[in-house]
Order: sequence, then C-alpha cells, then structure tokens
Amino acid sequence: MKNWLRQHRLCLTATLARLARSPLTSLLNIGVIGVALALPLAFYVVLVNVQSFARDKSPAPQISLFLKLDALAADVREIDNRLKKHAGVTQYVFISRDQALADLKARSGQADVIASLGSNPLPDGFVIDARDNNAAALEKLRDEFKAWPKVEYVQLDSAWAHRLDATLQLGRLIVLVLGALLAFALVAVTFNTIRLQILTQRAEIEVAKLIGATNPFIRRPFLYYGALLGLAGGVTGWLITWGGLRLINERLTPLAELYAANLRLQHLSLPDTLSLCLFAAALGWLGAWLSASRHLAQFDPE
Amino acid sequence: MISFSNVTKRYHGGHEALKAVSLEVQPGEMVFITGHSGAGKSTLLKLMAAIERPTAGTVLVNGQNAGSLRASAVPFMRRNFGLMFQDHKLLYDRNVYQNVMLPLDIIGYDAADAARRVRAALDKVGLLGKEKAMPVTLSGGEQQRLAIARAIVHRPSILLADEPTANLDSAYAVELGELLRSFNQVGVTVVIATHDEQLQARLQPRCIVLAQGRVVT
Ligand SMILES: Nc1ncnc2c1ncn2[C@@H]1O[C@H](COP(=O)(O)OP(=O)(O)OP(=O)(O)O)[C@@H](O)[C@H]1O
Ligand SMILES: [Mg+2]
Repeated sequence: MKNWLRQHRLCLTATLARLARSPLTSLLNIGVIGVALALPLAFYVVLVNVQSFARDKSPAPQISLFLKLDALAADVREIDNRLKKHAGVTQYVFISRDQALADLKARSGQADVIASLGSNPLPDGFVIDARDNNAAALEKLRDEFKAWPKVEYVQLDSAWAHRLDATLQLGRLIVLVLGALLAFALVAVTFNTIRLQILTQRAEIEVAKLIGATNPFIRRPFLYYGALLGLAGGVTGWLITWGGLRLINERLTPLAELYAANLRLQHLSLPDTLSLCLFAAALGWLGAWLSASRHLAQFDPE
Repeated sequence: MISFSNVTKRYHGGHEALKAVSLEVQPGEMVFITGHSGAGKSTLLKLMAAIERPTAGTVLVNGQNAGSLRASAVPFMRRNFGLMFQDHKLLYDRNVYQNVMLPLDIIGYDAADAARRVRAALDKVGLLGKEKAMPVTLSGGEQQRLAIARAIVHRPSILLADEPTANLDSAYAVELGELLRSFNQVGVTVVIATHDEQLQARLQPRCIVLAQGRVVT
C-alpha cells in the first residue's frame, strides 16, 4: 500500500517535471483546451443567469380555481383547508362571489346592467401562487385541483412559463452540442500530445518494457499527464470566462443604475466549478488512455 | 533453470535463426554461447527472456513456459533476469544514477532501499564517483559497466549478457570478465553470447557453439 502510494507520488512528480520541461508546448496545449472549454462554459453561464433572472422577474403565473355555483360555505372551507395543507402552494386568497360581484361593479362602471341580472352569476374563487413555476409543475397542480369536490374550473396562464421553458431548453441544447464538440476537441488534443510524447520517449519505453515494466506502469505517467492537461485546461477555461464576465459586468453597471435593476452576471457556482474541473480532467485522462492504448501496442512482441 | 527443447525461431521474413535447438542451463552455471555472426546467439538470449517467442518447441525458465506466457505475466518473468544488450540500450537523457535506478522504479522498491542498492551496484562496477554523469560522457568501457550495474541492481538470479566485451580493449575486457565471474561466484547463473576467444580462454566456461542456427557442440 505504502509502496503503491509511493509509485503514484513518484509518477505525479515526474509528470509535473515533464510539464515543466517543455513549458511552451504545455502552455499552448493548456491554452487550446482552455479556449475550447471557455466557449460552452460562457454559454452555460449566460444560460444559468438568464434562468435565474427570468425566474426573479417573470410575473409569477397564478392558478385561478372557481367553485360550482351551488357550493356551500362548508365546501369553501374544505377547499381552504386543502390549500392550507398543500405543499405545492405558497399562498392564496379567497374571493367570495359577493366580493367578485362588487369588484366587477366598481371596475366596469356598469352597475345598473349588473344589478339587472337579478342573481349573482359569479362563482366563489381562489387565486393561488404555486411553489414551482415551471409549466409541468403548474399543470400537475391544475389537474389535481380539478379533481377536488365542487370545483367547476381551474384556469392556468402557463403560456409564459411554456415560452420560457422552451427558450431555456434550446439554450441547454446549444450548450450540450457545443460542450460535446469541444469535449471531443479536448480528447483529440490530449490524444495527439500523448502520441508525440510516446514517439519522443520510444527508447525509454522500449528499455523499460525489456527489463520488466508492466503496461500499467508505462501507461501511468501518460494518463497523469492527460488528466493534468485537462485539469489545467479546465481551470484556464474558468479563468477566461471569469475575465469575460468581469468585462461585461463593468459595462452592465451603468446600465443597471439607469434601470435601477440588479444586472450582474454570476460566475459558475462552486459545485459547477468542481464538476468542470473533474470533467476536464476525466476527458484528458480519456484522451491519454486512448492514445496510450493505441500507441503502446507497437512495443509488444509480434 | 533454463531448458530449450527443439526450439525453432523463424523471423517475419521467413529466415530461420534457430533450428531445433535443445539445451539446458543449470542453476549457478556460467555458459558461453558462441558462433559466427548471424548464427543466432542474440536470438537465443531473446527467447530466454521472452523478448521473442519460439515458432516451435518449448522454452522453460524456472519451470515456466516462456513461449506461451500471458502478455501480462511476461514483465514479472523478465524480472528474474539481468539483461545486457548488444547495443547497451542505456537511456541517454538520464544520468548514471537514474539509469541504474530504472529497474528498481519498475519493480517498485522502497526509496531508501533503492538508493542503497543503486550505490552498491555502482560501487561494484566502479562508477560510484560518476553518479551524476550523463552516459554520453562515459567511455565505451564505462558504458558497458553502467549496463552491468543496471542489469544486476535488482539482484536477478540469471544474468544474460550479449557481447559484453565488444568494442572494449583487452585490459577492459579482462576486468569485465572478472566482474562477470564474481557474480557467478555468488550464485548468479550467467549466460554470455560472445565471440571473444580471449574471454573464453580466461573464464573456461561451458560453451554452446551455434552455426547456422544449430547447436554444434
Ligand atoms: N528481428 C529480426 N527480424 C528478422 N530477422 C532477424 C531479426 N533478428 C535477427 N534476425 C536474423 O536472424 C539471424 C540470427 O540473428 P542473431 O542476431 O541472433 O545473430 P547473432 O549470432 O547474435 O549475430 P551477431 O554476432 O552478429 O550479433 C540473422 O541472420 C539475422 O539477420
Ligand atoms: Mg548478436
């Protein structure tokens, strides 16, 4: 175990030394990977910001629930109780049919027309704010309320939520496609880098194999190198995005003052940053693994 | 310790380097493989260390069939050997100390133990003062001794040396012969491919003579 740890530590220091031995090549490689990652990263950051901005600023869609005209006070209490206990509901107001009629009279200014109706045609109603404002959650709530006793009709204005969802979906798709393309680029860059390294270290690899080195032993420093390259590229991509956001935020500040709004783009959250680093390191490792498996085979006999 | 029975080796071009070779090497023995250039001496050593595989016949090393080992088992089998190659195969971008350290890194020795063994091996071949030197700055004889140090640093039970005295003047060759004999005297099985007759005369080993890929005597 101790020995195993020593082997890995030795390998890591050797790999770092190798990175440092050809600083220009290493920096260029890291730069290429960083730029490649910065593009989808920037898209992702904008997407996350738009998402949270939209959630803050959009009119919260409300659900209107109307009771049947023959509903009694007990039925109203029943609905009121259910809403109070419902986890998906943040707040709601009850509007009695009398109040609704009074509002209508006051607003429409046609009191006499309404008075001529004789009986009150309006139902009792609730206006409900939901905890989750995405279209799917709202529709689920609507369907649930519909099934409650004495409920005549549930109305939901989800067009805005749908539109926002569709836009964000498109944004996510773009991030995904860009991410996949540039992940491929990252794998290709490490693949080629490792290929060149194996080429320049032919003699060393050959001798090591001849005197009893196992394939994992020979592959290990290349895998470390690939992972380190990916990691450094990920950090570089993060820094590039960070610099870009700073520039944009500087421009946004006067604009935000004009509109008295809080317009600041937030950088990646900590979990997202960690995932980015892990993902970049894993891709570098993968590229190195593919390359090493492919190019070390030539040293085997036959 | 090493046993060949009816071993034939045909290379890719169709050339038969060894033809139905049978031989035995006992533990602790010193054996010379001699013969004209192209007789198949290097090929014989390569078959022992599973660097090449036999086309027909079996090669047994410590009871293991070297010709049919799984690829993943070959490295561990090779660690039984100390190998000196006809072309040295030193690493020219590493210094003397690092060259000798390589086998121990591969096996995974503890750091302190490894350093001690490298010093001991360098001391044995008289290169202790040149730890930091790069191989290109060494003379031919010194490079040969460096190759020996690398071959014996992990204390193998068998030493295979391919033309260890090639390109050495006779004084160096004598010195090197003594060195090889000293390993044999502490129990290491030594197999040397050579056409150095002076060396042969000095060490008086058992000789296996090859001609055109066949054992003559
Ligand atoms: N990798 C190879 N591919 C094809 N033919 C080979 C290969 N290695 C050796 N040979 C041939 O096999 C024959 C024996 O070669 P080998 O190297 O064993 O001879 P040797 O006795 O060591 O000669 P020398 O004294 O010159 O080192 C030679 O004819 C050589 O050309
Ligand atoms: Mg030879």
